[in-house]
Amino acid sequence: MTDSREIIAARIRDAAKHKTALQLLGGNTKAFYGRSIQATPLCLAVHSGVVEYEPSELYITARCGTPLNTIEQIIGKENQMLPFEPPHFGPAATLGGAVAAGLAGPRRASSGAVRDSMLGVEIINGKGEYLCFGGKVMKNVAGYDVSRLMSGALGTLGALMSVTLRLQPRPQCEHTAVVPETHADAIHKMNAWARTPMPITATFHDGKHLYVRLSGSSSAVEKCLSAIGGDYIEQSEHFWTRVREQTHEAFASDAPLWRIQVPPSTGPLGISGPCAMEWNGALRWYATHTEASTIREITCQADGQACRFRGPVIEHVFNPLPPALLKIHQRLKHAFDPEGILNPGKMYPQF
Amino acid sequence: MIKLLAKVPWRKTGRVSSWYAQNSVGMKMQASLSELTKRFCQVLPEDAVLVKEEQLVPYECDGLTAYRQVPRLALLPATCEQVQAAVSVCRDLELPIVARGAGTSLSGGALPHPEGVLLNFARLNRVLEIDPQNRTATVEPGVRNLAISEATRPYGLYYAPDPSSQIACTIGGNIAENSGGIHCLKYGLTVHNILALKVLTVDGEIIELGGKHLESPGFDLLALMNGSEGMLGVVLQATVKLLPQPHERKVLLAAFSHVRDAGSAVAAIISHGIIPAGLEMMDHFTIQATEQYCSPGYPKDAAAILICELDGYEEELADQTEHARQLLEQHQATDVRLASDEQEAEVLWEGRKAAFPALGNLSPDYYCMDGTIPRKHLAEVLEEIYALSGKFGLRVANVFHAGDGNLHPLILYDANEEGQLEKAEEFGSEILQLCVRMGGTITGEHGVGVEKLDQMCVQFNSKELQTFFAIKSAFDEHGLLNPGKAIPTLHRCAEFGAMHVHKGKLPHADLPRF
Repeated sequence: MTDSREIIAARIRDAAKHKTALQLLGGNTKAFYGRSIQATPLCLAVHSGVVEYEPSELYITARCGTPLNTIEQIIGKENQMLPFEPPHFGPAATLGGAVAAGLAGPRRASSGAVRDSMLGVEIINGKGEYLCFGGKVMKNVAGYDVSRLMSGALGTLGALMSVTLRLQPRPQCEHTAVVPETHADAIHKMNAWARTPMPITATFHDGKHLYVRLSGSSSAVEKCLSAIGGDYIEQSEHFWTRVREQTHEAFASDAPLWRIQVPPSTGPLGISGPCAMEWNGALRWYATHTEASTIREITCQADGQACRFRGPVIEHVFNPLPPALLKIHQRLKHAFDPEGILNPGKMYPQF
Repeated sequence: MIKLLAKVPWRKTGRVSSWYAQNSVGMKMQASLSELTKRFCQVLPEDAVLVKEEQLVPYECDGLTAYRQVPRLALLPATCEQVQAAVSVCRDLELPIVARGAGTSLSGGALPHPEGVLLNFARLNRVLEIDPQNRTATVEPGVRNLAISEATRPYGLYYAPDPSSQIACTIGGNIAENSGGIHCLKYGLTVHNILALKVLTVDGEIIELGGKHLESPGFDLLALMNGSEGMLGVVLQATVKLLPQPHERKVLLAAFSHVRDAGSAVAAIISHGIIPAGLEMMDHFTIQATEQYCSPGYPKDAAAILICELDGYEEELADQTEHARQLLEQHQATDVRLASDEQEAEVLWEGRKAAFPALGNLSPDYYCMDGTIPRKHLAEVLEEIYALSGKFGLRVANVFHAGDGNLHPLILYDANEEGQLEKAEEFGSEILQLCVRMGGTITGEHGVGVEKLDQMCVQFNSKELQTFFAIKSAFDEHGLLNPGKAIPTLHRCAEFGAMHVHKGKLPHADLPRF
């Protein structure tokens, strides 16, 4: 296994020497996310396998090419899960790809983002150097937090070799309440419930119905189900997988898909096209042909962010960075990848 | 190489180490104190510029009192504009800047720089906005941790991270150190609870990181700022996540005849899917000291006790409490008590919270360590710490966050006795190296500051340290923000490494030796 790491490091050193841009690939399931780039592919999926897993320690260390499915099966046997419930978008999805994309699923609002579960990383930087940051323990403030910096960096700062993630016990019981609600009322209700200690671990509004997942002991879940009222889905795992993987009919449109983040209680945004909501209203999916500039203007006014998630190639997938922030990004990129060979342009055209 | 790599001349009480003898921060021609005062008085009110010895002495140290140093001058800005103006003068004159909240850091993070400015945030202490709809509060950096929960209580909301110094410590300091606390096992550290920051860069630009929405594009600079010990930017404003107050809490106390059993009980609780709000361990020595100090009614003969707090939704809580009790009993707890009401729960916690002062009563000085290890090694590490205690001839007490493996060994010593401070430091250093060997870290929540610079060399190699320098440089090219803290120079590591050779291998073998 060290061999595959050494081979990858050698490839990166060689690319740095010749200033050849590399496109880092895991399972190639999320290549649509971010800007599209032309570069020599470097496959990282070969570097796979679980390095360390002890259920009582609530963490797992695995090489980044390990399929996400494998990880979830192994920890599932011990009644544990990845807190951020990552989307796979295909059976080949790898752990490294999930971390580099930094996308969290339905549990985001209650259990945190990918970065919130990051405990440690091993990377190969753009010079081909093997580096370790963080560790296996939840509390760790030695040095700058490079581990979290890697999540969502889209492979622009380093090739992930292994990661250590914090795990979470699977709840004893999970049911989902279903109530018919309009878009506006759903926003109101989700945020009102979020101010109570009810064990809500996911919310989804498909335009017509509001789905509320409750997790915990069966007595607690049942009490909350009756408090919320309406119908319910028992053992709702399959339903939430469809939401997470966007195979739910709410995502069926062919129009470009926008991933919009706003303060959760923000009222309807008034963008045309169907809207699905998650995370108590903080995440809104719009399938729409509305101009990017209009969408950005509307979300900016709502103190939010708009990402063009799927659709034809555009210049700015993410909100452009203000100059002061862009400068820091470029310097950080230079710190990790001085030749600019790792996924250049994947996140922003400037780096 | 960047200037921040220079040696810094902190004075250590009781001795002046040759290490601190020279300063070469490479500033412009030194301006005289009266010139500096004049410059700062142009941008700040006169009472916000402190230059007299008696005004500066209160800032000479933070919670790590073994290191003391008065700053050249101290500033007390009351608005963001004043901070901006002050930083701009510092930049012009190349003056080092050390930001300070309440000065409760235990690692010397807020220790002043002798040639620099101490930026005290005491006057930036306003809660700017409480947004109950989005469950956030926006505050200035000098707001005290507990003041946030006090201000948001009428809305049924609170701010979760609760470091033991929460009455005094500020949110700005919490961000700098990524503070934890008793309840972070369930609710996370500061980094998990900060939604947005307004940061002043040393270049004078204001950057906004995060927002009331959950995620922002680009690199996760918000996470990077947490725990960066004031070395990357100056926090002007923070938006924190608020949580609904839990329905109620249950507190269990379990006594054990062997530390090992207490350690396995901790692992059992976690692996059975219970995440307590807090799970704390106290050893025999600490129990004795606490009983003597405030009599919380702990079982005096126990080798260790565990305090396990569970909170949450009513029904869930009842089930979990019963489950936790069974697990404690299965792991040879000799006595398990459940606090019958809130008052009894308070009493159980009182002893835990009084442990440090109780130990302080037994010894003129103590040195509080902060290493984290994987939970499974708890018993083993504690036994080794007791062995080290014998070796160094210094008493040690253990009272700590067992749930997340965060140890706080307290080494008792007497600074007035020749050589005891050095001995205590050496003892502490060995404990931290033990933590690293066990797969842990040299600091769980107190930060590196000036205290653990040497141990950083044990945890990171020179390439990793160089990455840290490069990150620092991306934000602060000239190394003016809190210079010399948190990340040791390669030179320092080379010197330290020469003294500590592990397994016959010289660390940082690629460095020239001096």
